[in-house]
Formats: sequence, C-alpha cells, structure tokens
Amino acid sequence: MLVMIMTGCTDTSWNNPNPPEQPGETVYYGSFSTRLQHLDPVRSYSAEEALFIDQIYEAPYRYHFLKRPYVLEPALAKGMPEVSYLDKHLKPVPRDSSQPAYSVYIITLKPNIRYQPHPALAKDEQDNALYLFKDESSALQYKTLYDFPQSGTRELIAADFAYGIKRLADPKNKSPLLGFLSNYIVGMEDFSKTVMAQDRSGWLDLRTLPLEGVEVVDKYTLAIRIKGLYPQFRYWLAMHFFAPMPWEADRFYHNPGFQNRNMTVDWYPIGTGAFMMTRNDPNSGITLERNPNYRTDLFPSEGAPGDKEKGFLTDAGKPMPFIDRATFRLEKESLPQWSKFMQGWYDRSGDDGANISSSNFDRAFTVSGNGVDLSQEMLDRGITVSTELKPSIYYYGFNMKDPVVGGTTEAKRKLRQAISIAINTEEFLEIFANGRGQAAQGPIPPGIPGYVEGKAGINPYIYDWVDGRPQRKSVEQAKRLLAEAGYPNGRDKNTGQPLILYLDTTGGDAGPIADWRRRQFEKIGIQLEYRTSDYVRFKEKMRNGNTQMFGWGWLADYPDPENFLFLLDGSQTSENCQCDGANTSNYDNPAFNLLFQQMKAMDNSPEREALLARMVEMVRKDAPWFSGYHTKEYYLNNSWVSNVKRHGIAKDTFKYLRLDTAERSQRQVQWNTPVVWPLIAGLAGTAIIIFPAIRAYRRRQTQTINKSTSQRGNG
Amino acid sequence: MFAYIIRRLLYAIPILVGVNLITFVLFFVVNSPEDVARAHLGEKYVTPQAIENWVHEKGYNHPLMYNADADGLNRITDTIFYQKSLKLFTLDFGQADDGRDIATDVLTRMGPSLALAIPTFVIGIWINICVALIVVMFRATHLDKAAVALFVSLMSISGLFYIIGGQYMVATLWRLVPISGFEPGAMAWKFLILPVVIGVISGIGLGARWYRTLFLETVDQDFVRTARAKGVSELGVLFHHVLPNALLPILTGVVVVIPSLFMGSLLMEAFFGIPGLGSYMLDAIRAQDFAIVRTMVFVGSVLYILGLILTDISYTMADPRVRLN
Repeated sequence: MLVMIMTGCTDTSWNNPNPPEQPGETVYYGSFSTRLQHLDPVRSYSAEEALFIDQIYEAPYRYHFLKRPYVLEPALAKGMPEVSYLDKHLKPVPRDSSQPAYSVYIITLKPNIRYQPHPALAKDEQDNALYLFKDESSALQYKTLYDFPQSGTRELIAADFAYGIKRLADPKNKSPLLGFLSNYIVGMEDFSKTVMAQDRSGWLDLRTLPLEGVEVVDKYTLAIRIKGLYPQFRYWLAMHFFAPMPWEADRFYHNPGFQNRNMTVDWYPIGTGAFMMTRNDPNSGITLERNPNYRTDLFPSEGAPGDKEKGFLTDAGKPMPFIDRATFRLEKESLPQWSKFMQGWYDRSGDDGANISSSNFDRAFTVSGNGVDLSQEMLDRGITVSTELKPSIYYYGFNMKDPVVGGTTEAKRKLRQAISIAINTEEFLEIFANGRGQAAQGPIPPGIPGYVEGKAGINPYIYDWVDGRPQRKSVEQAKRLLAEAGYPNGRDKNTGQPLILYLDTTGGDAGPIADWRRRQFEKIGIQLEYRTSDYVRFKEKMRNGNTQMFGWGWLADYPDPENFLFLLDGSQTSENCQCDGANTSNYDNPAFNLLFQQMKAMDNSPEREALLARMVEMVRKDAPWFSGYHTKEYYLNNSWVSNVKRHGIAKDTFKYLRLDTAERSQRQVQWNTPVVWPLIAGLAGTAIIIFPAIRAYRRRQTQTINKSTSQRGNG
Repeated sequence: MFAYIIRRLLYAIPILVGVNLITFVLFFVVNSPEDVARAHLGEKYVTPQAIENWVHEKGYNHPLMYNADADGLNRITDTIFYQKSLKLFTLDFGQADDGRDIATDVLTRMGPSLALAIPTFVIGIWINICVALIVVMFRATHLDKAAVALFVSLMSISGLFYIIGGQYMVATLWRLVPISGFEPGAMAWKFLILPVVIGVISGIGLGARWYRTLFLETVDQDFVRTARAKGVSELGVLFHHVLPNALLPILTGVVVVIPSLFMGSLLMEAFFGIPGLGSYMLDAIRAQDFAIVRTMVFVGSVLYILGLILTDISYTMADPRVRLN
C-alpha cells in the first residue's frame, strides 16, 4: 500500500497497465483474446492471427479500405492481374471460348519495394549472409530473433512470390489450402510429392525445384497458371497465403537449433507491410512497430457514399501509417478487457472481435424500434460506434438424406418450409443477440453480389412484404404446410404418431436457448429432441451424414457468391468429395449443381446475377437450411481514434487508424483518478480492530486470579 | 534417510508410468489422432491428404500401444504411447502441436507463475497462522465464535466471486491497480498486488479455521500450561510453544504443495492475464494439444511426488523423533 501511495505521488493513474511511451511516439493499445497458434502466412487461417500477420505480410492485391461493395486494388502489384486463357495444348484462346483449359494470371510488381529490417537479410562485407551457422553450439547466444544485433533488407522480386507459393505447396508447412489450391494451380500436387521425396534433414532450397504452374517471367513479373476458369482466384491473390517469402528467410530459420528455440517463420514474420513485429510473446502480448522501409502508401481519396460526411476522407492523400507502434495484450476474459477500454487504456472495445458481452451491450446501447443507438453514458464519453455486417451466415440445416426431413418430394419440401416459418429468427436475435444480426433471406449475405435488397429480395416461402419490411408468415400458414406434408397438428396422418425431430448440438439440451428452440417447434406441434455430443463427435456425425438437423456457420473467404453457394454444391458433400465436405446439408440438386458450375466460371455481370437469382430461388424453395442469419457486430471506439470504418473481409486496416494522443492522455487522467478513501477506511478499520485487541491482550496479561478464589485459597 | 529417498524415487517410476497411461488413454479414447488433426487443421478445405500428412508428421501414424506388425521389442517401442509418453522420462518434452518447443515455453512461463504463487503462498501461510493463533488466544470468547463464523462464511464463497468482486471494486471502481496484465521486472508488483491480495483473502477462511483446530489441540497440553506457569507471555506461549508443536500436520498440508507452485493457478492466471503455466495448461486443453497436456500432467505428477518426499524430510526437521528408514 505504501509503495502504491508513493508511486501515486508521481503517476496520477495508478491503474495504468501500459508501459511508458517514448516522447512523441504515437502508440495504439489493443487486445486479442485467443493465444495465437501460427504466424506463417501459408499456414495461418484464422481471423485472430490475420489481425497481426496481415499488417506485416502483403499480397499482390488488397481490398479498398472504404469502398463498398468490396473492391480489390493493387497492393504489391502495379496493376490488376492480366488474365489470358490457354487451351490444353497451351495455345492462347479467347475468354469466351467453350472450354479454356487454363487461365494465366500475369502479375507485375511495383519496383523498389523493400522488406522490413530482418537478420535473415543481414550481410557481411563480402555480401554473404551474416547469420548462417554450421552447428547449434555456434548460435546458442541467440535466444530470440531480437537478439541479433544486425539486420538487413533487400528489394522485393517476383521470385519471392514463387518461393512463397512453393512453401505453400510443401506439405511440411501444413498449409490448410494445399489440397484446395492443388485443384487449381498447375503442377502443385506433383511439386508436393517431389518435395516430400527430398532429404528434409536441413534446409531445402525450393528454388531448385520447379513448380509447373508458377513462372518467374522477369525480376518483377510472375505468371501463375491455373486449371480452367476460376475468376475467384484473384481474391485468393489478396490473401496472405500468396505473400512473398525471401528464400534467405527460409534458410535463416533452418539454422541448426533455431526450431528448438521457437525461432521459425511461424513465430517471427518477415514482410513488406506497414508494420513489423518487434515483440512476439503469444503468451502475453504482441507489439508491432512501423516498418521503416515501408513504401509510400497514401490514404485513399475515394470512398463509399456518405464516407466524406462521416469524416472517413479527412486524411485523404496522406502517407500511412499514422501510428508508430501498436501493442496488443492477451485478454482472455471479457471483464478486464471491457474495464480497460472504459478506463481509456485500450483504444477500441476489441480488435479481433467486438468484445461486448450481453451485459455490457445493455450498458453501451439503447435498443428501440428505430434500431440500436449509443447510450447516453457512451455519448458523454465521446465514444463512437462502428458497425460491421459480416459476410457470414449462421444457419440450421436439414440433412437432405434423412428419411424424415430430407428428400426432394413436395411433402418433404413443405415440411421444411413449415419449420422454416415456425422458427422465429427475428425473435431469437432480439432475445439472445441484442438484435446484433439480420435474418437471412437466402444463402447470400448483404454486400455480396446476388444479394437483393427490399421486396424483391425476400424469401417468399417464409416472408410476406408488409408495410415496407419483410414479415414472417403466420404460424397458421406453417401448420397448413405441415398438414399438407402429412403431419396435421404435428402427427403422422397415417400412424397418428407425433412427429419427433432431432437436433444435433454441442451446446447441451438445457438452458434458455434450448428451451426457446423447443417452444418454436412446439408452436406447430413438433416435438424437438436434442442429441448432444462433444465437438469432435459432432463433426464426425456431420462427416458421416448421421444427423437430422444441426447448426452450422460460414464466414466468407472472399466477397463472391460462389464462396457461399458452394456450400450447397452437390460435389461438396462428404460422400461425393470423400473429404470433410462443406455441403453439410447433403443438398444435391442436379439443376443447382449445373447452374453453380456456370456461375462459378463467370465474372460479375447481369447474366451472372440472373443465374444467382435462379439458384437462390431453388434453395429457398427446397429449404435445406432454416433460421439463417447474418451477424452484425458493433465495435466501440474511444473518441481519440479516427478512420474506424470496419472492413468485413480485410484485416490490414491498422495503417489507416489515426490517434489523437493528447486527447487520450487528458481523458485517461480524467477517468482514472484513484479513489483513496477505501484505503484510508481500510487502515482505519484495521486500527479499530487492532487497538482493542492489544488492550484486551494487555488486560489479559495483567489479569490477576479472581479475588474471591484467591481469598478462599489463602484461607 | 538417503536409502529411504532412493526407495521413494524408485516407487515414483511405476506411479508416473501409470499417470501417463491414464492421461494417454483418456486422451486417445475420446479422440483419435485424425480427430486431433482435424482440430488443428481448422474448419475449411480440410482434405484427407492434409490429415494424413499432419498425423504422419506428428508421429501419430503408429499404433496406440501395441504394434502387432513389428518384431520383438519394436512391438512396444514403435507405438504412440512409447514414443510420446514414455519419452518424457528423459525430460524430452518435444514440440507442441503448433510447433513450439515445450521445454522453452515451460521455463518461460514458470517465472510469472512463481511470481504470483510464492507471495500468495508465503503471505497466505503467515497470515493464516497469525490469525489462527490470535483466535486461539481468545478461545471460547465471543471473538472466537465470531471469527469461526467469519471463516466459514469466507470458505463458503466461490473463488470466482473473490476474483470478479475484487477486480470490480479495487480496479474498476476505485482504480487503485490495473485490473489485469503482467509486465516482467520491476513493474510486476503493480499487476501482482491485486491477485496476491485476493489469493490470500480467499484462502484465509479455510486455512485459519484448519490451523485454529490444530492449535486448539495443542494449547491445553501440559507443556503449554507449564510454560504459562513459568510466566511466559501469551504470545510467547503461542508462537514458541504451541506453533512448533502443531507444526507436523501443518507441514503435511503445506510442504506438499511447494513444488506444485511451479504449476501456477488456472483461475487466477486466466482472470488476471498472467502468462504462467496454469493458463498454459488451460490453453492446451482447449486446443486439444496432447503434447502439452501430457507434459504438464507429467511435470505436475513429478512435482507432487517431490512434494511428498519433501514433506517426509520436513518431518525429521520439525520433530527430531521422526526417523526415515
């Protein structure tokens, strides 16, 4: 206590969890909630990890920060890729030829882009790598990457992309996309086999092994040949899986003994992005610092309609990044995380997620018929809100192979439609998600081509358009459909047995959500039973098709309807692909499958929109999914943070953030004056207890034996 | 005594093998290596080839405990159990499923765990003993009854309540210390003071009540009466005569946990954001990282056995009549 009070004399905020800043430095303070597993760009495949590595690694392309719908723009590339088409004899053919065998993506790089300073690129006077060791003992003094006194850099070249793709193709690096991309990139599968046949005891120079579909045309030009038509490939080129990797770094991390000290590319990234990692303790915190070699990158001058009015174009044309350092603390529990945000020690309510629990949501927002607004307390603190309707869908699915709910007969279809009407998704979102979501009208979420707003976009099997908004059809309508399906009042019309359906879940069969769901089925006379299991068993059931109904979700990789509709493509069922199929409903409609193949190979156009409309209509009518919704996140920002527009796909957004550190300091002092009376009261309370205790003890020590007893004894 | 310790160490070997076996069976009866691979490879685009590669690279492609296709001793050694679990006896912890070296992580995380556990343990013991002795001094008075009632109340409250309540009152409402976090070095105290205080307070009820019972059994002994008759002050009686003679049962409960302090606290570390071994274990269980789980269970078992041996040794120090043979 004394130390704390003494410290309090010099620092007005005793509860400041952040380390001291350098004078004049602009530091961002954030948090993350999950311990990171992988930072290798070919291996990492989680949003939490992308929060960090996407600030460091850059791909040839990226998403425009402000424009909506989402738009790709060049990042490391000079322009958008030039795509040409070849037949099976590698002869050029036009795009609209019947069946181009290959598509070739030519990517030309911007010159003079340099890597961040890194010891892997440090060289001695003879231009040899400075840190190459023959044995483990000669490098024992280097415990972490930050122990190396010297670093170097070099220019980014096209060969670095080729090396990165080869790393992705190397099974040893366990890229989650290896199997998927092997279906597209020519020669990737063979390359994987060749690599695995090599001696892997030390570093394997992947430059020596050719990958047929990846060609370094010249210093700044790369050609990637993929099988057939796959226009969505350009979106993959905006993901960190296609980030460049200098071969020197791969060699450096294969120095003897480095792996045993956790010095791997999986923990110490090397990139060309706006930031570089200068502290990596996945157990407690991560620090990013401005990359001194970052190229000139200007804040966008154009945005979506309304962005200018909201102030998102205030920094147009200014060089980024605006912050010098970003420190992130691992916060596993929401209470400390929220408290620190409210005390001003974190700049935003969350970085890898909104991190606003239900109870905190009630404090932060007022929900009315007009929507969700910030509470007066938040407005008084100057807090702003950023909303983000995620390109995602969460839904319940029917197993289309199930004899009760599956199948394509009219009766089965009506049964599924009846259930889809009965489950009131709007009510679910209102009660259990504070309204943070939007009921789905089809498999495609808002912001993605194929999604239609307004009356034309509603699911006519579930909703009516009433007073300018979709209104769920009545329970009576659902009961009517159920009766037509052969279950009047929820009983089999032939046997009279009640209709009992089974929902597989990992969340248990008790609790408010389970009860609510059960009541929704009861509205039309169906009895719902839960089949609970742990997640591993649940996934096993999904793989084997051993379910009747289940809950599932999907977060888009890229903003194309193909990335949602493939979840219903017949070739993606576990049985058909002999893999962990993405088509969990086992929906296999030949007409849909045919349209999917056509749509997949098309660029966005009115023709494609028409195909999408037909496909969405099929899904609505067949109803393999029900009670779908798209999540809407609300992020809170302290008043000193600017350029806080959320991007549903891209994570490389820290370079756009701007901070008013003077305001932050002022607010932090204002909000964190320690309350000392409990300390004084505690000391006083202790004294009140101690003094009588001392008196009692002294009295006891000086107490004589009872006088009468004493006299009797003497007598 | 030396022979006794050697014998106890040898007894420990089958115990550790048994613990490893139970951990192994529990883990792999629930999940096959393929299940673990799926958990690590994520939700999207997982191909059978990727699963096979993962299982192969991690060495999970061998039979679990008996390799019928192998010859001789290889039937035992060419199994996952031998290669993954029994290797721990050589202190070769290997790599976690995310590729990090487990020994390095354990050593790194031990520091924060000890920084929290040692002050909580030492201050907690000291305060519990002092409080218990003071209550014993006022035994059979209203103060004694009130204290026992208070101890029972403190024992009845969930540990989570102390943590969340303490964080809310001290860090959020009064803003006296950071609510969570950890910085190594000189600034560590700032983050440790609240969890240590909460750890000590939450342990007072159980500890002081137990010690009070032990002291009460001693305080009416003849030697205590003799000391009092010789004019020794009440405090002198309690600290110099009662405490040393009630030490054996205290040592039984205290010394055994000393080595386990290295293992950290699951709850405190998670809530206070302290990157110790407690949260390491918790993360590993969540991530189904068998490599870390088996290591932590093994290290925990070793430390517990070490604690039991230290307890026996401490008996000889506390009571000269005790001989280990």
